[in-house]
Amino acid sequence: MNALIESLQPRFEGLEPRKSSDHPAVQCPADLILPLIECLRDEFEYNLLSDVTAIDWSEEESPRFSVVYHLYSVKEARYIRVVTNCVDDENPSVASIVALFPGANWHERETFDMFGIRFEGHPDLRRILMWDEYPYYPLRKEFPLAGIETELPDSEIGEETKAKVLPAPMMGGPFVSKSGAPMSKAEPRAKDQSWTEWQKKTSLEDGGEDK
Amino acid sequence: MAKTKEISIGDMGARASAYQDELQGEDMALNVGPSHPTTHGVLRLLMELDGDLITKCEPVIGYLHRGDEKIAENMTYNQFVPYTDRLDYIAPLANNVTYAMAVEKLAGLEVPPRCAAIRLLVTELARISSHLLGVGVYGMDAGAWTPFMYTFTEREKLYTLFEELTGARFTTSYTRIGGVARDIPEGWLKRVSDFCDQHLPILEETTNLLTRNRIFMDRTEGVGVISQEDALAYGITGPNLRATGVDLDLRKDRPYLGYDQYEFDVPVGTTGDCYDRYLIRAEEIRQSIRIIRQVIKSFPDGAWYAEDAKKIYKPPKGKVLTSMEELIQNFMIVTEGPRMPEGEVYFEAENPKGILGFFVVSKGGGVPYRLKIRSPSFCNLSILPKICPGLYLTDITVVLGSLDFVMGDCDR
Repeated sequence: MNALIESLQPRFEGLEPRKSSDHPAVQCPADLILPLIECLRDEFEYNLLSDVTAIDWSEEESPRFSVVYHLYSVKEARYIRVVTNCVDDENPSVASIVALFPGANWHERETFDMFGIRFEGHPDLRRILMWDEYPYYPLRKEFPLAGIETELPDSEIGEETKAKVLPAPMMGGPFVSKSGAPMSKAEPRAKDQSWTEWQKKTSLEDGGEDK
Repeated sequence: MAKTKEISIGDMGARASAYQDELQGEDMALNVGPSHPTTHGVLRLLMELDGDLITKCEPVIGYLHRGDEKIAENMTYNQFVPYTDRLDYIAPLANNVTYAMAVEKLAGLEVPPRCAAIRLLVTELARISSHLLGVGVYGMDAGAWTPFMYTFTEREKLYTLFEELTGARFTTSYTRIGGVARDIPEGWLKRVSDFCDQHLPILEETTNLLTRNRIFMDRTEGVGVISQEDALAYGITGPNLRATGVDLDLRKDRPYLGYDQYEFDVPVGTTGDCYDRYLIRAEEIRQSIRIIRQVIKSFPDGAWYAEDAKKIYKPPKGKVLTSMEELIQNFMIVTEGPRMPEGEVYFEAENPKGILGFFVVSKGGGVPYRLKIRSPSFCNLSILPKICPGLYLTDITVVLGSLDFVMGDCDR
């Protein structure tokens, strides 16, 4: 399978094999993603776009976001993984491949919705799982598991009902600890207690009214 | 009594056409869903209608979004198994197996033949259960009640079998990384075999009510046609893809769990319309029964969990209480989860609804760094804006039923 990558390398400058535990994988420069996927589709018969997603390598890392494509060849019954890093960490963007695979439309919308990665040339880049005015990108690493307090999608209803979207209570939730942390921090506990619980706890410590 | 004015037929025609002229050029917007019996979950279809004809269809999903991927990135690998039940909740066992196999691929674990056979058996039972619902509810969407009653009765029998095996009828959470939760109970294989025997005649009876039913055929033949090129371009998989004539079945193409040891056929359609999708599902039930019979005939003995999964399984209780080494290991697994090597894997399996895939990125440790679920229903639904224009409003119920999606799978 390395033969495939070697045959691609002279045509796409900067293309490198990527470490992978299973399928062949290539690391592609962001500006070559469109011609590379077109080439894989037309010449190597990877005619089914299985998946488009992204990885957030956390705020400290640069490049921060990688976009991952999985292509499948129906005839040869094999996969290839194409990974590209977004150039800008603050306003990440990648070229859209909707022109090549119409099925990428929803996948890219989802990746935009969850990570805030813009797909240049996408015909209709809107949120798909969250509502349109939702201000955060939930799958970014800094976004807490419990969620963040948010206004309702329709502010008028929010004002009238005095309702808000509150973080989920995490007390008694999944007992998880960060892998690799010191043992003292690795005791089983709810991983990130929600803001409301934290507030209640501190007010108790201060001798507040909440009892 | 008031005297009614007589209206000639000609007058009525003129009035109707005047009314039509008035509305000319005005499309009507119509919301189907979010909650509607035919949307099979919380799906909203925003449609523009020209009379009865659909000119534009925009699916709105996300009402059921629970952030399963975020949850997965905050818990250990084994803890996520119950969450996979809730993806395609019509076939939880198949999801459990696919997830476990994806993680095992990352860990480099090989399960023994008995474990693989158990997993294959439950996957095929889940396929039957899912397709029974798919066919029955699809018939109901087209106006046929009786098949639905038959298939639901059969599904109840399957659920009794699941309950015996896993302890739960619906949310099974049966697999573990490196094995299954428990071995099959005594006499269970015989009962599965009995189920297959009594199920086939009932299946014939049920499908006979639909296959040559004039109304059902008229409503489904030539409706919602998906071409091969479109199906591949949109990433449609499963029975919906095979109905278009593409012979893609991962059980045959990339055999896992020892599917290559068993004989079965992959039904393939010709036209890709709603009728073909029904025929494929009905035939797949028969093929699943064929596989199950072969598995039962050559059911292997031995362990039902991987022996080299010592790092993943908790040590036996007796050893935890007596040996320091085992106690430490038990503590580590409970607090931090089984340790996984670094790496990226992508595993896909042929689930009842289509191809379910898990992309797991690990940085080592007991928690996945990134876990992406490629769900079949998400891709299968994305073709709706393409195939709906040109159909009539009443066709929508049939098209939705024929795609056989589950919104829990779509929104994750």
